[in-house]
Amino acid sequence: MSKHVMVFCEQRDGVMQKVSLELLGEGKKLANALGQKLIALVLGHNVDALNQTALQHGADEVIAVDSEYLSDYMNEPYTKAMTAVLKAEDFEIVLIGATAIGRDLAPRVAARVKTGLTADCTSLEIDPDTNHLLMTRPAFGGNILATIICPEHRPQMASIRPGVMIAPEPTAQSNGTVRNFPVEFTPADRNVTILETVKSAKKTKDITEAKVLVSGGRGTGKEGFATLEKLASALGGMVGASRAAVDAGFAEKEKQIGQTGKTVRPQLYMACGISGAIQHLAGMEESELIIAINKNPSAPIFDVADVGIVGDMHKILHKLIDRLERLA
Amino acid sequence: MKIIVCIKQVPNTNEVKLNQETGTLIRDGVPSIINPDDLAGIEAALRIKDTRDAHVTVITMGPPQADVALREALAMGCDDAYLISDRAFAGADTWATSGTLAGAINLLGYDLIITGRQAIDGDTAQVGPQIAEHLGIPVISYAEEINAEDKTITVKRQYEDRYQIIQAQYPVLITALSELNQPRYMSVGGIVDAYDTKEVKSLAYVDLEHLVARENIGLKGSPTRVKKSFTKSPKGKGELHQVSDDESVEIIIRKLKEHHIL
Amino acid sequence: MDFSLSKKHELLRDLYVKFAKDEVQPLAAEVDETEQFPYGTVEKLARYGLLGIPVPREYGGAAADNLAYAMAVEELSKVCATTGVIVSAHTSLCTAPIMENGTPEQKEKYLTKLATGEWLGAFGLTEPGAGTDAAGQQTTAVPNGDNYILNGTKLFITNADAAHVYIIIAMTDKSKGTRGCTAFIVEKDFPGFSVGKQEKKMGIRGSATCELIMRDCVVPKANMLGKEGQGFKLAMQTLDGGRIGIAAQALGIAQGAIDITVNYVKERVQFGKRISQFQNTQFELADMQTTVDAARLLTYRAAYFKDKKQPYANHAAMAKLFASEAASDVTRRCLQLHGGYGYTREYAIERMMRDAKITEIYEGTSEVQKMVIAAHMKVN
Repeated sequence: MSKHVMVFCEQRDGVMQKVSLELLGEGKKLANALGQKLIALVLGHNVDALNQTALQHGADEVIAVDSEYLSDYMNEPYTKAMTAVLKAEDFEIVLIGATAIGRDLAPRVAARVKTGLTADCTSLEIDPDTNHLLMTRPAFGGNILATIICPEHRPQMASIRPGVMIAPEPTAQSNGTVRNFPVEFTPADRNVTILETVKSAKKTKDITEAKVLVSGGRGTGKEGFATLEKLASALGGMVGASRAAVDAGFAEKEKQIGQTGKTVRPQLYMACGISGAIQHLAGMEESELIIAINKNPSAPIFDVADVGIVGDMHKILHKLIDRLERLA
Repeated sequence: MKIIVCIKQVPNTNEVKLNQETGTLIRDGVPSIINPDDLAGIEAALRIKDTRDAHVTVITMGPPQADVALREALAMGCDDAYLISDRAFAGADTWATSGTLAGAINLLGYDLIITGRQAIDGDTAQVGPQIAEHLGIPVISYAEEINAEDKTITVKRQYEDRYQIIQAQYPVLITALSELNQPRYMSVGGIVDAYDTKEVKSLAYVDLEHLVARENIGLKGSPTRVKKSFTKSPKGKGELHQVSDDESVEIIIRKLKEHHIL
Repeated sequence: MDFSLSKKHELLRDLYVKFAKDEVQPLAAEVDETEQFPYGTVEKLARYGLLGIPVPREYGGAAADNLAYAMAVEELSKVCATTGVIVSAHTSLCTAPIMENGTPEQKEKYLTKLATGEWLGAFGLTEPGAGTDAAGQQTTAVPNGDNYILNGTKLFITNADAAHVYIIIAMTDKSKGTRGCTAFIVEKDFPGFSVGKQEKKMGIRGSATCELIMRDCVVPKANMLGKEGQGFKLAMQTLDGGRIGIAAQALGIAQGAIDITVNYVKERVQFGKRISQFQNTQFELADMQTTVDAARLLTYRAAYFKDKKQPYANHAAMAKLFASEAASDVTRRCLQLHGGYGYTREYAIERMMRDAKITEIYEGTSEVQKMVIAAHMKVN
């Protein structure tokens, strides 16, 4: 029986989401390990161009469901389409990006096909003895890692945290094929009504894409964050924040790094006045170079920092910014 | 309107610390709290009750110690509380948990179900949508605002880069974000009532067996298994400097140059 | 004997801690600095039932007990002693005497408003010439038709300006001394009643402490609280209860001081070590925590006996004496552990030290408590 690895390709307004490319890269590795095909599932309406994108990023085949019911993401029509494909063929593994859409869709699909789903995974592996998918994910505030298996049900489903897998470079040519999969929809499938969609003006690019991040915590204070902005611009980076700083109103929620915020792995992470709650560490400790400034020498941030500086961040940063400006 | 709020009692993971020597979690003295997203769910239900005729029932599946979480919900103003507790439910993953909760919800009757988006200990965000699937009703997740009318409910639903205004008819399940609202405190009188006049009712498997098959509950009914869990080995400690501000700046500049950031 | 709290009291503690941390602590420094009465906080206290803790449900109260009330004052005072005394004066000195001595009509009219926090209450006993010697009352109440006419001045009245209703002790028959004292319920709007200047105080600076001035103040006879001539006894009983509140306030200040000091000594580094690593710091804190735990046991015991409707005046006096002196001592020693920073207004400890002192003075000085305790011991 031929089995496949599926990656759900999430698109919004016809744009493939970055996490889906990352999953194609990871899915390919798993498919190779199992000697199976990698199939990309593209759901949407008039988004044919994405089929090529998927093929160029490693998919052996694209299964496309095209319907106006799928033009905007809606839970039930997407669940119906995905379930129909999953029931029609044998899939060993299904990967979905752990985005606001993926984490809405995946559980419903898993419940409908009665299989296990592991949420927000950060690493995937094939068990060489059993060929089971080993799905590893952080839990309990980010400090425990749990490896989950789904031994008896298929497919093995996992949602994957954006930013942890590596997107492959696209190839110019692909021999893959595109197969249109028909799904019948009825008006009842639209079981809710979208009255309005409002795109938030993209003020800044996402902190997960920044090469340099300078971050502050509760102790950084409102003024401290203004200093961080200056430092970030001197270093060509962006400002991030701990949950405590976001709660205190010093920074916007989208800048939050950590368990309930974003996971970042920039080239440089400067933690200024962050003590280093484990939730925060979970979101940044993979950064290449971590420099931490804190007045408390026993702050946990120093346990993950490559370079720890005990001192007053305000004074040091002002001097550092001066130095950087003179260098430039 | 009959509203059911599903909550979970979780350890306050913000207060969990790591024992640096052994690499294990220090769980002693970590207080148990109502999961923050669920607390927002309770508040959302109570706000509906503040303005219209609604009956709010709060339920949780968990060990007997979860009683206090339900008392807290009662003390905030919920009308009824059920503890779904049985050894047979132990070890359930999200699929089995959601099926069991769906059984209890069917038993109790409902127009609107509110769950938190995700629990801070497991962070799966799966139980809400899966309850909706077991019940065969629509789900609107990531609710940032809720406006309940007699026949319809309108929800502001958050995505990373946009939001949608979504309308649904009852019955429907909504998953709440902690950003949804600022939950009210318990009141002193509410706490007294929660212990002296109200009760936390119990549901065991025997109460649900006509609604949920035995092979679908607990560890046996769970497709997933935890193969192993482990603590991350903390990254090796780097260098720590306690020097003058000027020397600190020099160290930083040197490191930035070494790593080709400057 | 059971020293563990019930689940209900544990949950009450959770509420108080959360409320204090989120609603009270952020304002504490500002309330002290500006000497502004925290009206917004009082509204929130009312909304969550903290202004009617021991009042029965039928009057809009929370129907909790005196232990629950003492715990509330303790937790509030850990972060803001001003807020602690507002609740204590309102509950112990105005709400309680009406609850315990009021006619059904008085309870209907006043207790409901006080328990729900719609009105704030205060208590007027102290006069310019009658402090510790409370029997030397000069305020007079003279019958006139359906009313009494009150004349006199009350001094150092907590909540004065913010309150809507007052328990006023006045002489209805000077010839009888303390047996000529009578208590009245006086509304702020009664003709001839006014609130005088606000005192500038060393501590609890956000609590409104003012004079009450009565010039031919017209009080209906229906507002006599208890019987004519029983006012002094009523006042003394009221203060017995009040001492539980002040003991709880002192206890809270002391524990709050220890809590912030524990955090401080774990951060502050001298001689290359956290100062918490020095044995002097450890011994100081261990010693202080033992004292504060003893104060807590005394305070809770007094509340327990009041709840059991057993004599508690002696227990309340001991609790108040011990807890208030502990508060002064502990805050001073905690400030010392803070060193120079502790003397700056950047840190809360100096405020706590200033706030602590009053607990040894009001609602009976330490010396008065010793008189009560000695009398109970029949040492005379």
